[in-house]
Amino acid sequence: MSNHNTTDKVSFGFWAYLMSDAVLFAGLFATYAVLQGQVFGGYGIGDIVDIPFVAVESVLLLASSFTIGLALLAARHGKRALALSALLITLALGLGFLGMEVHEFAALIGEGQGPDKSAFLSAFFTLLGTHGLHVALGSLWMVVLMAHIAFKGLTEGVLRKLTCLALFWHFLDVIWIFIFTIVYMLGAL
Amino acid sequence: MLELFPVLDPKGVIALAERGLMFQALGFMLIVAIPVYFLLFFFAYKYRASNKKAKYSPNWEHGRMEELVWWVIPLEVVLVLGALTWGSTHELHPPKPLAGGDPLIIQVVALDWKWLFIYPEQGIATVNYLHMPVNRPVEFRITSDAPMNSFWIPQLGGQIYAMTGMVTALNLMATEPGAYAGASANYSGEGFATMKFTAWAVTPEEFDAWVGRIKASPETLSWEKYKELVEPSSSVPQTFYAAIAPGLFDSVLMQFMDAHNPTGHSH
Amino acid sequence: MFGKLTLSAFLHGPIETVPQLMIVGGALGALALLTYFRLWGWFYREWLTTVDHKKIAVMYFILAGVMLLRGAVDAAMMRVQQAIAVPGSEGYLSPDHYAQIFTAHGVIMIFFVAMPFMFALINLATPLLIGARDVAYPFLNSLSFWLTVAGAVLINLSLVVGEFAATGWLAYPPLSELAYSPGVGVDYYIWALQIAGVGTLLAGINFIATIIKMRAPGMTMMRMPIFAWTTLASMILVVFAFPILTVTLALLGLDRTLGMHFFTTELGGNAMMYVNLIWAWGHPEVYILILPAFGIFSEIVPVFSRKRLFGYTSMVVATMCIAVLSFLVWVHHFFTMGASANVNAFFGIMTMVIAIPTGVKVFNWLFTMFRGRITFETPMLWFMGFLSTFILGGMSGVLMSIPGIDFQVHNSLFLVAHFHNMIIGGVLFGFFAGFAYWFPKLFGFRLNERLGKYAFWCWLIGFLTAFVPLYALGLMGATRRLNVVDPSWQPLFIVAAVGLCIIAAGIFLQALQLFVSIRDRKQNPAGNDPWGGRTLEWSVSSPPPAHNFAAIPHIYSRDAFWNYKEDGGGMEVGPAHGEIEMPTQTIVGVLISLCALALGFAAVWHIWWLAALALAAIVACLIARSFETNIEEKITV
Repeated sequence: MSNHNTTDKVSFGFWAYLMSDAVLFAGLFATYAVLQGQVFGGYGIGDIVDIPFVAVESVLLLASSFTIGLALLAARHGKRALALSALLITLALGLGFLGMEVHEFAALIGEGQGPDKSAFLSAFFTLLGTHGLHVALGSLWMVVLMAHIAFKGLTEGVLRKLTCLALFWHFLDVIWIFIFTIVYMLGAL
Repeated sequence: MLELFPVLDPKGVIALAERGLMFQALGFMLIVAIPVYFLLFFFAYKYRASNKKAKYSPNWEHGRMEELVWWVIPLEVVLVLGALTWGSTHELHPPKPLAGGDPLIIQVVALDWKWLFIYPEQGIATVNYLHMPVNRPVEFRITSDAPMNSFWIPQLGGQIYAMTGMVTALNLMATEPGAYAGASANYSGEGFATMKFTAWAVTPEEFDAWVGRIKASPETLSWEKYKELVEPSSSVPQTFYAAIAPGLFDSVLMQFMDAHNPTGHSH
Repeated sequence: MFGKLTLSAFLHGPIETVPQLMIVGGALGALALLTYFRLWGWFYREWLTTVDHKKIAVMYFILAGVMLLRGAVDAAMMRVQQAIAVPGSEGYLSPDHYAQIFTAHGVIMIFFVAMPFMFALINLATPLLIGARDVAYPFLNSLSFWLTVAGAVLINLSLVVGEFAATGWLAYPPLSELAYSPGVGVDYYIWALQIAGVGTLLAGINFIATIIKMRAPGMTMMRMPIFAWTTLASMILVVFAFPILTVTLALLGLDRTLGMHFFTTELGGNAMMYVNLIWAWGHPEVYILILPAFGIFSEIVPVFSRKRLFGYTSMVVATMCIAVLSFLVWVHHFFTMGASANVNAFFGIMTMVIAIPTGVKVFNWLFTMFRGRITFETPMLWFMGFLSTFILGGMSGVLMSIPGIDFQVHNSLFLVAHFHNMIIGGVLFGFFAGFAYWFPKLFGFRLNERLGKYAFWCWLIGFLTAFVPLYALGLMGATRRLNVVDPSWQPLFIVAAVGLCIIAAGIFLQALQLFVSIRDRKQNPAGNDPWGGRTLEWSVSSPPPAHNFAAIPHIYSRDAFWNYKEDGGGMEVGPAHGEIEMPTQTIVGVLISLCALALGFAAVWHIWWLAALALAAIVACLIARSFETNIEEKITV
């Protein structure tokens, strides 16, 4: 079986996986929509939204989507050092986003507004937390891939993995845009 | 024979209509099902390999006309049944008020593992026991202070779920005096099998006399008594309360609602 | 150190101790046998590390068979209880124990019998039917299987340590919330299903990719055998439906573990949302199981009628219609929850609409028999049994799709009879047919026909005797899940128990059939093509070589092998040449599943250090696997 076939097969399967992940997020969004009003004396979304803060988070994530695109492009042209540094920047941006999210969560819990406070907060933490968990896993995967590139070079297999990771990362960006719109923008209205 | 099957032996308008619907739908389906059974066994017999006289067309695999016919046959049946469904679902919608006068209102609370019935207009309450006048619509307003249950009196009509923090409505009307078995149909824990009650349909005079007797009985249902009643218990005997705490049903509901924001709209 | 786990979790009453000892004894016995006969090396090389779809199929069969026995024992315990327990004489099971049994019965039969049985058949047949050498991702295939095993082990572990859920097989909250189910039973339920569910999802992706990307040259989509089509539809449903199950169970787990409020009665939780979500998975799940069964019948009826399948295009269209519609009917599982009349009517009508493509399939099978030359070997008998019971189940299903009727039979034994009608008469009979049909291909020898026929008749008569009374009991007002029944219902419950005994005889005869057939295997070689087959799997040897096809055939028509036998058309097989790349064996799937089992067990008992360790080990396995370079090896044919 030629490598081209394998790449084809793997990226097809990865798309199928992303479909299933999209369904998973659809379930969480639906849950959030249903429970949005159930605040029971705790914070509502209006008490949480901090548009400038979220804007910075969004910029970090969107920028990281751009840099992972660069990394993929560089890798496809065999520019190993460039690919590695673009991935490093992506990783830093992703970790920056995660840091901000953890900070937001910690602040809420510190104010006594943890996920056990109301159905709304359960849905809020779970939706954002699941996205954050995906970003964390993506970051871990990125570290592993950087090791691959460093040790094995830009082989066909490594490129295949990098393509999947880039897809995954863009997918998380799309999910974030939905979160930004549905949770924060609509919440700020 | 039918009296063995409470679902098929209706004593109320809703149960009667639901049985009629069942027979009607069954009839329509048999129009297709009987020929299918016939074809299955006829073909199996006629085209058995040992019957060399039967025609054999090994390559016949497609017939525009034939296939059209069997897309259309089930379609027709579904069209008829669909129309039946649309009409009957609106007709038999449980919250829909019934003709026949002013309904008697009975509030129902599913508890672990017994049924509490509150008669708000009469100011009395019962456990695992229902009394209602015959030929007068009864509107049940149903909630729960326990896991999900389902309120069901087969001879009077279909069931509806009892859930915490919300009210479901069920309108029934008995047309014959008698004692009818009621139960929870949705599993709710250890004592579920004992969560049974009797629903008596009686003449209006007898109903009024019964209310009078209950009003003269010793027990009353205060909020504290209610909280004792909520504690899990199985095989609970029929109990009667001459008076109830005001707004008891609403208080039961409010336990599960947002006191700051009872409508549940985001602020 | 051990979270909530204490010694008392191991101590049970006398009735629970028997299965406890059986499970521990069975596990130790298996280990002892492997050691005594020095089979560890063989077990490791041939089974634990295999990525061959045919061997994985065999292991799925074994898993389904073992769990079928467990589920059947649960069924027998329920039947005995309901046959003897009336008020005043409450039988031999406590209400809580009875509830654990009916919950376990449902969960095991769906997730650990029907699903593995289905994946056994899909694994066995799909690559052979489409002319492929293996599945798209052989390692994932092994991982899927072992994750399913991990789920099955976890659920059986609940018999030994602790307890199982006592909530019914879908664990509706608030009953399944901490407030009403404080024990570990529901946690076992959640984790067993989550682990097995990941396996199922991966398998779904795997077979979609296999069917779309790995067909033999010339096999266009419209030349695929119908079983490949129904598998594709079923696997698409898996990919869209199983994530919903994952979300739903995860949210319930968050409620129970981190004190959240998705479905609790307090602080705004919404149990109705759970009911909607779980059925948004649950209804497609029904079609995930039945579509492959339909596919099996679409292979069997033409072969045993010696005639082309009638209406291939209609079959494909009908299959896809069913797949799409299966996502538009979930509300029919809870018409009684108080939705508006418009909503109930809409979902009722959508449910009936599914009867149209299903009806088309039935007519197409019938007219495949028309002007055929039909013989009634076991697979065809299963088809006859299927269709004659399926019509009954279909009718009761359409009845229940009308809300006005459903109000009177919902949650009653009528409903229980209906879904057993569909799952035994439909799914299980279909899978038995597929097992009897493909067994000679997989093992190279035939099954004993006579015992197979006896087993069929026991199943058919036993099924009718066990479940027709349940239809009647439902109309008598008997609700499901009663540990004590009304004395007037007792005679019919006793009849139902007799029916189960007849089914048990059928299971015994199937076991005997296997034993006799294995004993006499030398006398009954299957040959390449024991049934006069029409599709590619019959063109290779039985059992097929590890690589299935020495040379991948080029396909020119449907029923390619049949046409090839008739006049040399249909397909072309070039000479086998040189080297074939085959996936290398790996133990990583087993390792990850072992860690997943540890993770599940730790999460059930709140042993957090172990959970963290297991999770880290899973990540380590995945990273190590990503550095593996020789995932393929060359063999010469």
